[in-house]
Amino acid sequence: MAAYETIAFDAARCNGCGDCMSACAQAKTGNFEHASSRIQILPSANDGFELALCRQCGDPGCVSVCPAAALEKDSESGVIAWDGTKCVNCLLCTVGCTYAGIAFDERAGHVVKCDLCGGRPECVKACSEGALRHVKSARIYNRFGALEDLFVPGLAGCQGCNTELLIRHVLRAVGPETVVAAPPGCIPGMGTVGYNGKTGTKVPVFHPLLTNTASMLAGVRRTYKRKGRDVTALALAGDGGTADVGFQSLSGAAERGEEILYVCVDNEGYMNTGMQRSGCTPFGAWTSTTPVGERSHGKSRDAKNLPLLMMMHRCAFVATASTAFMEDLYAKLAKAIEASKHGFAYLHIYSPCTSGWRFPSQANIEVARKAVETGFVMLWEYAPEDGLRFTQAIDHLRPLGEYLEALGKYRHLDAAQVAHIQAQLEKDLGLLKELAARGAQADARALAS
Amino acid sequence: MLQARYLLVGSSHAALEALAAIRMHDAEGSVLLATRDPAPPYSPTVLPYVVSGKSDPERVRLRGAQYFDQQNVALRCGSALASLDTAARVARFADGEQVEYERLLLATGASPAIPPIAGLKQVPFHVLRTLEDAVRLRTALGSAKQAVVLGAGLIGMHAAENLVNAGAETTVIEMRSQVLPGYFDAQAAGLIAQAFAQRGARVLCGQSVMSVAPRENGFALKLPGGERIPGELLLVATGVRPAIDYLAGSGIAADQGILVDRRMRTSAANIWAAGDVAQAASFYRDAPVVNGILPNAVEQGRVAGMDMAEDPGAKDYRGAVPINTYHFFGRQALSVGVDSVDGGETSVHFDAQTGRYRKIVLRDNRLAGIFSVDMPFDAGVMVELVLRRVDLGPVKQAFLDDPRQTARTLMSKLWR
Repeated sequence: MAAYETIAFDAARCNGCGDCMSACAQAKTGNFEHASSRIQILPSANDGFELALCRQCGDPGCVSVCPAAALEKDSESGVIAWDGTKCVNCLLCTVGCTYAGIAFDERAGHVVKCDLCGGRPECVKACSEGALRHVKSARIYNRFGALEDLFVPGLAGCQGCNTELLIRHVLRAVGPETVVAAPPGCIPGMGTVGYNGKTGTKVPVFHPLLTNTASMLAGVRRTYKRKGRDVTALALAGDGGTADVGFQSLSGAAERGEEILYVCVDNEGYMNTGMQRSGCTPFGAWTSTTPVGERSHGKSRDAKNLPLLMMMHRCAFVATASTAFMEDLYAKLAKAIEASKHGFAYLHIYSPCTSGWRFPSQANIEVARKAVETGFVMLWEYAPEDGLRFTQAIDHLRPLGEYLEALGKYRHLDAAQVAHIQAQLEKDLGLLKELAARGAQADARALAS
Repeated sequence: MLQARYLLVGSSHAALEALAAIRMHDAEGSVLLATRDPAPPYSPTVLPYVVSGKSDPERVRLRGAQYFDQQNVALRCGSALASLDTAARVARFADGEQVEYERLLLATGASPAIPPIAGLKQVPFHVLRTLEDAVRLRTALGSAKQAVVLGAGLIGMHAAENLVNAGAETTVIEMRSQVLPGYFDAQAAGLIAQAFAQRGARVLCGQSVMSVAPRENGFALKLPGGERIPGELLLVATGVRPAIDYLAGSGIAADQGILVDRRMRTSAANIWAAGDVAQAASFYRDAPVVNGILPNAVEQGRVAGMDMAEDPGAKDYRGAVPINTYHFFGRQALSVGVDSVDGGETSVHFDAQTGRYRKIVLRDNRLAGIFSVDMPFDAGVMVELVLRRVDLGPVKQAFLDDPRQTARTLMSKLWR
């Protein structure tokens, strides 16, 4: 079964301007009458805005009740299409829909509904507030769902951990011509390297020491290359194994331009061994070695900015990514795979830890999303020729509190600690913006010459 | 003998929805869908539009052979269910075929109920329940100058409109006091009857027929008052009766229809019933009702299918709510819920000039019913407000002023 694109509505961002309705009416009828729009934004007394729009349901009620076979869900696009040559105007479809997604239009004289504008919805283009989003992640599912899953069916991660999702996606994208290195951490802990003499992957996998992941992979890649085989050398490592213990070999391999795809899954600590702090643990966070009590109030040092450090190695590609933004993650993954064929590619993926960060197991993706939307983590990519570029807007950041309050590891924070985090984030953001501006200037210069 | 894990008898909305629900949960179990119709499924609801010419009879099929192939469903057309052996779990069909089933859905629909009018058997008349009926009536439409429609239900009224549009002098005779009884409230019905009268149709309500006799090129009806109404085309549309002749000897409990519980289970083990044939829970009363409307057939089919496949997501049927949508002479009438309830509070909007009408019935600030002519609202949203017993207290005035927008806003909130 295919997955489909959809339009998502974020009521908190809607200001009721009505531009989406004008754009829809214009596209579908040629006038700007909001009444003719297939998307209806509804003012709710003193309480923001609501939505009436076709959800392009997977199991559409309007289709089930249509007596004339005039409505049909397209198995390719997922759009529920209305056939005016079959419709008998009985209005039963409006009985089958509980979203008011198909409704009688008095001007048109028949029912009308959203058709996603053939994959380029005008309402989304017209929304300047980001309240409407065209969610295309279904494309990822349809494209990669068909590829072979290169991990064993069951991995023993904690409930709600996003790392299984992450490593399955990464390996599908990288493909079977791969050798995986998984140094000690959650990823081998959940079964990647296997148990009882059997591996947890369907490609060669090895378990280096925490210290030598990058150097061993460098040798693997060089050996295969010498034998004439183009094998991707892939590291799936945690932040401890990357930023702290494994940093020496990582830095060396990056500096030498070894052809490696290094994926750091950053859950901000040594989580599988009992949630000790790492160099990536943020300021103020509770861990088992930065406890909360009379004298200690969580971590007293700021995290090192590892992806920026890697950028300073002038790698072939460096990017940060989040599982809440899968299209972005996939785009970066594709670039990273490409870059790893001629140089060092480094992908830093934020991975909220349900057990160690103390939040409900169903909230992982939500936490990941909040981290990005509040600017706690910033999504960007770097390549030497292009400089640094933000891939997620940083103009309308949501209040930092929304992120901190979602996590038990920050429950104890006092105002001064929050202010420190805020100030540090602003510094980081300022630095990244400067780097991004330099990148843009370089672009402009390149264009001018 | 054929064998099937799921045997579905009938091929209209209830059976098709049950099939979809079964396949959602059980992609493997063998399904046999058997229908008395000779060809792939269509909806009885589309037939008036086949008569009017709006629907091409070749293009009204709800599902094609490809769909049944994809779903891995065996399709048997052209033979009606004849009898059931519930102990042996065997269904016998009119053509002699027998099917051994594990689970059986009876979604055999309804057949026209022919009233006991003296002489009716001696005159040719039309009914409208099958595609063949519709094609036959469409052919007859062109040549009839005088037509009589017995029964002012949806089928009768749709057919009467087609006759009027074809230029026939048309009389509609309804025993009850209004057109579309049970579908629309008296005031909306009055507006509809008026629209027919304005186009030259004669609409007689509260009128019975004494007898009918053949006449050259047609027939003549005799009314109790002595009046004779001649005609060339007679359509009997006085309602339908669940098609349950095959129940004889099966021991399955039936009243007006097959009695079912809130999971659409009949009194016999491993047998479910749904759609026009079933007598199921009402949303309003304790006593089960036959509520032969399309949206209820879909809902019941889904409940039955999920229960048959043991889908853990299966939920109880919430009960039948009367719902109707009706188009007449380019105008539209909608109804959801009931018109009169104890302690109900009624609000009516009527513009005599344009004929726009809307009536809202609330009880305890909950929606009991909403009816309109030419004032559109989203019927599906209103049904949901009724079924969920949504408290309209906080938005009552807004709802009475603009039910369409207010209900949409409420529903959007409820979904979030």
